[in-house]
Amino acid sequence: MIESTRFGKYGGCFVPETLMAALEELEEGFRTIVPGAAFQKEMDYYLHEYAGRETPLTFCRNLSRDLGCRVYLKREDLLHSGAHKLNNALGQALLAKCMGKRRIIAETGAGQHGVATAIAGAALGMKVEVYMGEEDIARQALNVARMRMLGASVLPVRSGSRTLKDAINEALRDWVANVRDTHYLIGSVVGPHPFPTLVRDFQTVIGRETRAQVLEKEGRLPDAIVACVGGGSNAIGIFTPFLDDVTRLFGAEAGGEGPGGRHGATLCRGRPGVLHGTYTYLIQDAFGQILESHSVSAGLDYPGVGPEHSFLRDEGRVTYRAVTDDEALDSFLYLSRTEGIIPALESAHAVALARNIAPELGKDDVLIVNLSGRGDKDVSQVAALAGDRL
Amino acid sequence: MITRIGRAFSARTRPLLVACLVAGDPDYGESLAMMREVDSAGADIIEVVMPFSDPVADGPVMQQAIQRALSAGMNTDTLFSLIRDFRAESETPLVVLTYANPVVQRGIGAFYRDAGDAGADGVAVADVPLEEAEPFCMASRDAGIDPILFVSQTTSDSRLEGIVERAGGFLYLVAALGVTGMRGEVDPETIGCIRRIKRISPLPVVPGFGISSPGQVHAYSQAGADGVIVGSAIVKEVGDRIGRPHEMRAAVGQRVRALVSGMV
Repeated sequence: MIESTRFGKYGGCFVPETLMAALEELEEGFRTIVPGAAFQKEMDYYLHEYAGRETPLTFCRNLSRDLGCRVYLKREDLLHSGAHKLNNALGQALLAKCMGKRRIIAETGAGQHGVATAIAGAALGMKVEVYMGEEDIARQALNVARMRMLGASVLPVRSGSRTLKDAINEALRDWVANVRDTHYLIGSVVGPHPFPTLVRDFQTVIGRETRAQVLEKEGRLPDAIVACVGGGSNAIGIFTPFLDDVTRLFGAEAGGEGPGGRHGATLCRGRPGVLHGTYTYLIQDAFGQILESHSVSAGLDYPGVGPEHSFLRDEGRVTYRAVTDDEALDSFLYLSRTEGIIPALESAHAVALARNIAPELGKDDVLIVNLSGRGDKDVSQVAALAGDRL
Repeated sequence: MITRIGRAFSARTRPLLVACLVAGDPDYGESLAMMREVDSAGADIIEVVMPFSDPVADGPVMQQAIQRALSAGMNTDTLFSLIRDFRAESETPLVVLTYANPVVQRGIGAFYRDAGDAGADGVAVADVPLEEAEPFCMASRDAGIDPILFVSQTTSDSRLEGIVERAGGFLYLVAALGVTGMRGEVDPETIGCIRRIKRISPLPVVPGFGISSPGQVHAYSQAGADGVIVGSAIVKEVGDRIGRPHEMRAAVGQRVRALVSGMV
């Protein structure tokens, strides 16, 4: 029986009994295989030689001048695959291989995690099948093509809202049926224990590098760090090494259409409950039925959030704020034009929140934005939405 | 305290049929009519599913029924009215099957109290394994309701002991790896699993998931099962006849009678 599965009162493992053996096996692998020298050596190879770590912490001259403080971007957009998702995909795929699993399934929303898993599967010689909502397949055609080119199968999900939530449901159903030879490579710090901890540990490389880099460049810790939060893996990744410091931490949620409209701002506007194996903040009705979320960015379009974020919210350690679709679109173009860096629409939410909080900072204060991914996948969507602003 | 479920199993002279319907499918009135139909057709225990928007343990037939029920306005308030209406005319044991969130949102204690007051005898929560079971089992016992827990082929012996210790009513044996839905086959691992459980459990063992044929019923009861749960096969009769209530009731009743006649 698995113990200590919680972050305060959040987390847990709310899954059908059939899956418990797989979660116990995964936890055992996480505890015994991952810390081992052999695993760490392999992981080092894949992260450094293959994926291109470490990623730069870029001092942004134009942004700093414009926002009136010292602004850095943590460049996960420069990681192989174009987003931070690969850190976790490589880690879990390697672990699954060590555990003797032959098949990997994954869910994807924006397609970034699907692409990262397809890459990890190709690199490690494992079969990959990715569940993706039909709605998301339509709005992320480029990433669908990339996954197929990388040898993965993309399985369309037609149930429910046909987005990330439903892709997770289908992946869980597949896992229950094929639990003995299949690893479910979940893409964020969500799901039942041990996934939120496992994924956090593979993503914390972002924060460890950031900490060393900022200490070297500035000789001190940053005043504020901003990251976007859908499930919340890039945010947990960069926040974790700073949790015991005075650095202010900010999470940008998908405010969608704004007050009164559809949204994905789970922590700002939701209520705790159980979904996808974990007790966490959710967007739901009074009777506990999960409501459809909305965001211009497929990667933030999820009615749940990682349970550790729920804990950090209640503790007041991290401040979560909602950023609307319009603000995110505006910041997508703003960063592109100010620094020549096209951010993912997800990361554009973090840029927007950074712009909102910059006025609270002094000119020597250090502000770091986790640029979790690049925006190539969003170019046609933004072109259509931005219209004559281009 | 012995519930209607306990009495039904101790009095049994043949394996019991647990017949499953989705509460509120296709709407409140027809759902109640269907529960009464299943009851008069001879089901020994009725299981009603309280719909949840994200039913990860369910296959397509149940998913569609759950969607129909939610679209028709089913919620936990109307669930308890439905049970109360059914209970007004029948003493057949009734089990609620649901997922954690509808229970948690009502308040765990309140959900079980309301279920007990309405006339339910057992509650099973599909995504509450042993690790999370304690508050659910306690509230269940406080309300005089049997906490029905799940066992699977993948359940280790040590987990099985913990489950048997906490469970009440019967053990819900997940008879196939995967989601609910008709399969028509007998899984040899499930046969072995029934024998393994019967060696240590004083509770009745009832397989469900994928069961629809008399051959499966026979094979599982030979191995020691105290009954079987049939869900998708019955719910499909509803789904295939939306808008034709008379045909729907006739088909559901016929399906249940056929199953009962095979329960030897």
